[in-house]
Amino acid sequence: MKILVCVKRVLDPQVKARVKADGSGVDLANAKMTMNPFCENALEEALRLREAGAAEEIIVASVGGGKTEETLRHGLAMGADRAIQVVTEEALEPLAIAKVLKNVAEQEEVGLVLAGKQAIDDDSNQTAQMLSALLGWSQATFCSDIKIEGDKATIIREVDAGLETIEVKMPSVMSADLRLNEPRYVKLPDVMKAKRKPMDKIELGSLGLDTTNRMTTLQVEEPEGRAAGVIVNSVGELVEKLRNEAKVI
Amino acid sequence: MDFSYNSEQQQISDSVEKICAEFDDNYWLEHDRNGEFPFEFHQQIAAGGWLGITLPEAYGGAGLGVTEAAIMMQAVANSAGAMSAASSIHINIFGPHPIVVFGNDEQKQRWLPDLIEGRVRSCFGVTEPDAGLNTTSITTRAQRCDDGYLVHGKKIWTSTAMEADKIMLLTRTSAKSEGKRPTDGMTLFYTDLDRKYCDVRSIPKMGRAAVDSCEVFIDGLPVPESDRIGEEGKGFNYLLHSLNPERILVAVEAIGIGRNALARATQYAKERVVFDRPIGQNQSIQHPLAESWMELEAAWLMAMHASSLYDRGEPCGIQANAAKYLAGEAGFKSCTQAVMTHGGMGYAKEFHVERLLREVMITRLAPVSPQLILCNIAEKALGLPKSY
Ligand SMILES: Cc1cc2nc3c(=O)[nH]c(=O)nc-3n(C[C@H](O)[C@H](O)[C@H](O)COP(=O)(O)OP(=O)(O)OC[C@H]3O[C@@H](n4cnc5c(N)ncnc54)[C@H](O)[C@@H]3O)c2cc1C
Ligand SMILES: Cc1cc2nc3c(=O)[nH]c(=O)nc-3n(C[C@H](O)[C@H](O)[C@H](O)COP(=O)(O)OP(=O)(O)OC[C@H]3O[C@@H](n4cnc5c(N)ncnc54)[C@H](O)[C@@H]3O)c2cc1C
Repeated sequence: MKILVCVKRVLDPQVKARVKADGSGVDLANAKMTMNPFCENALEEALRLREAGAAEEIIVASVGGGKTEETLRHGLAMGADRAIQVVTEEALEPLAIAKVLKNVAEQEEVGLVLAGKQAIDDDSNQTAQMLSALLGWSQATFCSDIKIEGDKATIIREVDAGLETIEVKMPSVMSADLRLNEPRYVKLPDVMKAKRKPMDKIELGSLGLDTTNRMTTLQVEEPEGRAAGVIVNSVGELVEKLRNEAKVI
Repeated sequence: MDFSYNSEQQQISDSVEKICAEFDDNYWLEHDRNGEFPFEFHQQIAAGGWLGITLPEAYGGAGLGVTEAAIMMQAVANSAGAMSAASSIHINIFGPHPIVVFGNDEQKQRWLPDLIEGRVRSCFGVTEPDAGLNTTSITTRAQRCDDGYLVHGKKIWTSTAMEADKIMLLTRTSAKSEGKRPTDGMTLFYTDLDRKYCDVRSIPKMGRAAVDSCEVFIDGLPVPESDRIGEEGKGFNYLLHSLNPERILVAVEAIGIGRNALARATQYAKERVVFDRPIGQNQSIQHPLAESWMELEAAWLMAMHASSLYDRGEPCGIQANAAKYLAGEAGFKSCTQAVMTHGGMGYAKEFHVERLLREVMITRLAPVSPQLILCNIAEKALGLPKSY
């Protein structure tokens, strides 16, 4: 089986996001970027499936321009076999990304798609779901455990109420939650090997897909600063303040 | 003249940063308190293959340049571990260089894989109490005997000698007065630091308690001829090959520590409110921090200039010296300012900047002093008469 792992390049979670002066978006100039943490979980799971003999080849793919290649190289250094960059300088919406990934999944004839449950920059949490619909495959989101046996997979999902166990048919699109695994550290010899692994670049325009965005961003603002806290002296006072001042109970 | 990291360099920086992030302020504060060597950190770095960054691929290394090693060590020093983290692995990065350039195949096969995999730790025995910076005046002597040499003498400040299995040892095989040049008659060995013949004593010191620096008393240490690097009497020239990389690495370590201190000071200046405003809103707080930022960036460019010259095989002595000087001074100033910015809290261990200040001091003192760098720049860059 081939596995396609979809990865996104995002602002490093350790870095404080700064809004551009004109409010048109987040300022990414010279900002430290990294692979979306949930995508790292997805890739780690693919690597473990390959190590367990359940997969032969792992392809990492990303849609983006600029230094997206760097993020894919990181994926190769973690252990993916090859990479595909679909090149565009435009920031696409989840539906457009899902269309592109469907194209890649079909071209490569993969048996499983793994993705992060959401990207930490726009928090859309849509791409995996849309991709499964477009492919007509089963979907398993927020996975914290994945077991594949033949044409079925048993998944544990992290849901609000706790853990849910489901069974899905293969092929499938699965999205990784943080507790699925702990991604490995990249080793220096693997950084060296990654340089020699194949990296294909496909121009978005050459795919002939309608990837027009359907939303227009009007304004991006910094969240309001947190007001200073107060220390209360008793539970009674706390309840009183929650009820009468904060009006939350 | 592209000053940005290429994708491989970025990956090196990011990957090393990730490992370092696992070892937090408390880990290093605890090691500073109990003086224990950071074995877990050393182990993680070794497991990732990082110790072999500049060593040849044929022996399991990555065969990268000093530029990449500098990028790695900047990331290490710019973590909670500061100089303690850097010094626990530093020797491995530049120390084996004479072996790579002048060792024979048998020696490389025998020594390098062990170093790369972290199975063997080594130390660097050059400085002696009675020679100081005048290295050619060392008196540790290696006497010929049947199957090799017998070494007598003493070394000082040998870092990590408490844990080391091997020592890169600079000796004299003939007296300074006998040679044509003062550098003649020095011989370099890489050999077992055999405790039967070597008494190693850790020196209580100002900072970096987790990584020892020692006096080493050597009394009749037998060294087989097969542990000699290159020819007898030419050791000083072999050693020179590792000095410029070492200066570049110490420079970026100072920059890493300086940046770390600057980040802590900046954060504190944003949050600490006195006289109803964040202290960072006062120019007397923010201007010195801005100055440190500029000085650290400038020193970084000089270090990258030196390393790129080195990696292209061009002479880089004055640039490496200049980088080490600028970085040492900038790192020190940044750490001092970080303590001052924290007010009384700067003096408390809990805020870590006093630890950084104690550790960054090393980058000014060693491996060569600011005075001697100024002497070198005056002579070699400006053509003034040699003063020492
Ligand atoms: C923490 C630490 C770790 C170290 N680790 C190692 C190690 O692993 N291996 C190793 O071999 N060494 C190591 N060293 C030693 C270090 O390289 C030396 O301390 C350094 O080279 C200075 O030598 P010295 O201490 O003998 O100073 P000295 O030579 O005694 O100099 C004392 C002072 O006099 C000044 N001075 C001397 N001559 C002149 C002159 N002609 N003009 C102007 N000023 C002059 C110097 O600049 C300095 O300020 C370490 C040192 C420290 C502090
Ligand atoms: C070892 C030690 C012993 C001490 N012993 C005692 C003691 O026995 N009794 C006691 O009462 N106190 C003691 N102190 C406390 C000491 O007096 C305070 O640390 C000092 O007054 C500074 O206050 P702070 O630490 O709150 O700094 P902060 O007021 O937080 O100042 C932080 C920084 O901001 C700067 N800053 C603040 N406002 C401005 C401004 N408007 N413009 C420009 N810069 C500004 C300060 O100069 C400083 O650099 C001790 C401190 C130490 C380190």
